[in-house]
Amino acid sequence: MAVVDLPQWLALAPALILAVTALVLFAFDSINPGSTNRTVLSGTTVIGALASLAVAVWYAAAGVGATGIENYGVIDIMGGQFVVDQLALFFMIVVAIVTALVAVASHDYLRDHAYQAEYYSLIVLAATGMSMMAASNSLVTAFIALELTSLPSYALVAILKDNRGSVEAGLKYFLIGALSSAIFVYGVSLVYGATGSLQLESIAANLGAAGELGGLLGLGILMLIGGVAFKTASVPFHFWAPEAYEGAPAPVSAFLSSASKAAGFVLAFRVFTTAFPLEATTAVIGVDWTWAFVILAIVTMTLGNFAAATQENVKRMLAYSSIGHAGYVLIGLAALSTPSGDLVMGAAMIHLFVYGFMNTGAFLFVGLAEHWGVGRTFEDYNGLATQAPVACAAMAVFMFSLAGIPPFGGFGSKYLLFIHTIEAAAENTALLAAAAALVINSTLSLYYYSRLVKALWIEEPLRERDALAKPTGLYAAIVAAAVVTAVILAAFGPITDVATEAAATVVG
Amino acid sequence: MMIEALIAVALIGALVTFVAPNRIAGKLAFAISLVPAALSLWLFAAFDGSGNALRSGELAFESQAAWLEIGDYSISWFVGLDGISLPLVVLTTILCTLAIVSSWTPIDERQSQFYGLILFIEAMLIGVFSALDFFLWFVFWEAVLIPMYLLIGIWGGPRRKYAAIKFFVYTNVASLVMFGSFVALVFGLGDVTSFALPEVATAMLEGGPNGLFGLSGTTLASVVFIGLFLGFAVKVPIVPFHTWLPDAHVEAPTPASILLAGVLLKMGTYALLRFNFTMFPDQVETYAVPIAAIAVISVIYGAMLALAQTDLKRIVAYSSVSSMGYVILGLVAYTQFGVGGATFQMISHGLISGLMFMAVGVIYNATHTRMVTDMSGLADRMPIAVGVLIAGAFGYMGLPLMSGFAAEYFIFFGSFGSEMLSYSALFTSLAMFGIVIVAGYLLFALQRTVFGPYRLETDYEVGRAPAHDVASLIVLLGLVVLLGVAPDLIFDMITDAIDPIVQGGDL
Repeated sequence: MAVVDLPQWLALAPALILAVTALVLFAFDSINPGSTNRTVLSGTTVIGALASLAVAVWYAAAGVGATGIENYGVIDIMGGQFVVDQLALFFMIVVAIVTALVAVASHDYLRDHAYQAEYYSLIVLAATGMSMMAASNSLVTAFIALELTSLPSYALVAILKDNRGSVEAGLKYFLIGALSSAIFVYGVSLVYGATGSLQLESIAANLGAAGELGGLLGLGILMLIGGVAFKTASVPFHFWAPEAYEGAPAPVSAFLSSASKAAGFVLAFRVFTTAFPLEATTAVIGVDWTWAFVILAIVTMTLGNFAAATQENVKRMLAYSSIGHAGYVLIGLAALSTPSGDLVMGAAMIHLFVYGFMNTGAFLFVGLAEHWGVGRTFEDYNGLATQAPVACAAMAVFMFSLAGIPPFGGFGSKYLLFIHTIEAAAENTALLAAAAALVINSTLSLYYYSRLVKALWIEEPLRERDALAKPTGLYAAIVAAAVVTAVILAAFGPITDVATEAAATVVG
Repeated sequence: MMIEALIAVALIGALVTFVAPNRIAGKLAFAISLVPAALSLWLFAAFDGSGNALRSGELAFESQAAWLEIGDYSISWFVGLDGISLPLVVLTTILCTLAIVSSWTPIDERQSQFYGLILFIEAMLIGVFSALDFFLWFVFWEAVLIPMYLLIGIWGGPRRKYAAIKFFVYTNVASLVMFGSFVALVFGLGDVTSFALPEVATAMLEGGPNGLFGLSGTTLASVVFIGLFLGFAVKVPIVPFHTWLPDAHVEAPTPASILLAGVLLKMGTYALLRFNFTMFPDQVETYAVPIAAIAVISVIYGAMLALAQTDLKRIVAYSSVSSMGYVILGLVAYTQFGVGGATFQMISHGLISGLMFMAVGVIYNATHTRMVTDMSGLADRMPIAVGVLIAGAFGYMGLPLMSGFAAEYFIFFGSFGSEMLSYSALFTSLAMFGIVIVAGYLLFALQRTVFGPYRLETDYEVGRAPAHDVASLIVLLGLVVLLGVAPDLIFDMITDAIDPIVQGGDL
């Protein structure tokens, strides 16, 4: 039912809307420099993010190819440099949701802050990069999207200019980010050298021609893994995460650890499934690359969880736990060698989706605590529940959900991941180890997550606190995230269908 | 849709109570909890199911709706009640209402949160007893942990943090063992395509698992049986997994103790009956002797531990270990009266232990001590409450015309003549010896606390218990006597549901 012939590039609308929003914010800032009209700025950001979300959901519901263009599945744009399919849309949805939540919460967090318009435009620019990462279908566009995400992120981490921790974190993040960009781009050049192409499908097509350059290709793949590991805060490029998340303003930490991580994963999913189909690649380089992910997954989740268990600082605990969760999601790539690989990847995507709510919410609660000025350690959080029961109930929901306790969303996604991994393990027994590590680490994680719940609800405050403010924006974002985390299990059916279908389009 | 209504009322009530002002939270929660209580009694009156839910019985108030697909497996919202689960649902709703009433006096801070959690736990418990899909059931099963962790941790006694964490970690690790075992079983079964418990149970009876990860079918079945048994054993709890229980009980506030002993422990025995004893008749036969030995040890050892205590609440707490031992013995006997008596004992113990904890709580509210050695002559000061306590203790000892007598009689009758359990007469006689010890520690405690001259040294007047506390005690005592006089009220529906299990035992 083609009403009007829309140009093909409109399929990228979810990303483009974000880009336009950033430009609007810039324009606003040029006309009225130094404006601190928070309502207009965060309102514009939220409207942009919600519009992007709405379009992405509409596209996804309409069956990938948006009505009005051409009613077929996958849409190639710019000669296949970008591709809009279910996978891309799924992650555009995640990015838009997190952006909206973060923007709502920033309204209060950024009160009295000097760089309002800059902050929001950086957030939206980074979100644009993430959305484009989801649709990138060539190593060049992937790299550009990656940098479009990274550069605003460096600035965002360091945006509290008078805070030494923030600046230091920004610097560290920038240095490691630059290094990993270099590694990634070097990997790209090696892959290009071996196969003579950058577009993902043609890399796959030219794999056979790589011939004696197998070693080179293998090295290139390894370096791509490194670049992706940086973006997703996975071992061995994880060590920037605790520093950056701790130093950054809490909404930025929420943004980076949820949306940026999801974007990194969609890039990994697409590059490794489309460009390096397992059998063909193994024939050339002689090694099954899923092994790298099996090992990375187990090491990442174990290291993240053990490090999280020893933290005294809540934000650092959340940072390490987010490394642990990256490990769970990596199982999605580790299981690609099996017939049910698409199911495992779908489960990993659902975990990222749920994670977008529960982890963002948890960091936003930390933002609320920073707003209150109660301090950073577990002890500082003692007894907050007596003063702010609703926010603390929401935080308890996030913690139990992250730990994988029913009836919250995190249980559902971990359950799916576990079940599918066990199923896949029938083909590749190494996955049994990954599934076992998933369960054992989940149990361990209960220790430090429940420790925070204990601090909030059970412990008495160390010292008297003044009455706590109830900032509307932060509260709204936290409560919204908590409600979704609590009721999402009921709607798991349709979400699973979308995610599994999306995974199937690239796994094939 | 009646079961959904029950759960929804409790859940929405929990939210409403959570945000209500502290001042009215107690009364509000009571008013809300009357709705599920009345509804569940109506369900009881209107019950028209027959047979066993997992053995293609006819379920009452059944409803099923597709939920999600996991690969080749489907998960559904699947609830229904049979003669085993319905009495437990009624027990849950009644005990929750009474627990709320008994909180009015002792809970004096953060009331809205407290009552909100009680209603939340009620919703989850109803879910546990009515869910017939493993995923759904597990959601409810685990969700019970959260409110109980908070109830013990926030409103508990001096060592509440330790007790709360111990409770959480013990039962959560156990759940994980159980969860892994059951998932392995479903994968091993091969042609099963859903997590619906009836389907799994049928497949188990029609040949069992094919094997998984190199394990043969029979080995897998044994491994799963043991894994499930260990997982549930912690919840029951039976020796040697019982050590979390006294800690949790002693530190928990009275209403949480009532729910913990009255309903939460039944989750363990209910799950044992539903999973181990319904789905694995062959393995039950194989492991009958060790299980019976564990049961008898739990009975005797739990009773001896209770005998050694001087804290009134600890005495009641340890006595639960012993009573749950009877339930296991009844189950492993695998006869109509054994398994039926075990189910009856779940209800009976829920009522009596609720009564005992409530009475201990009332005494503690008045005297601020639970030490047997400190108290004496309370009968003069609070005659009604103490009278009910004595009556409850007699129920515990198994005096005729009380539900405890009926339950223990059924169990012993069933286990003495068990054909499947070797040395059944020996095990039964040993377990019967537990009754003597029970009578010993209860009479010992009563004699020192309630009789004799009054000599408690306090700065305040120890007087009669408040009317609402006495009222809930009397309601519970009434139910204990009612079931003791007319066990048929529920025993018929229980045996309806039990018969398919024990008759199919030699399949």
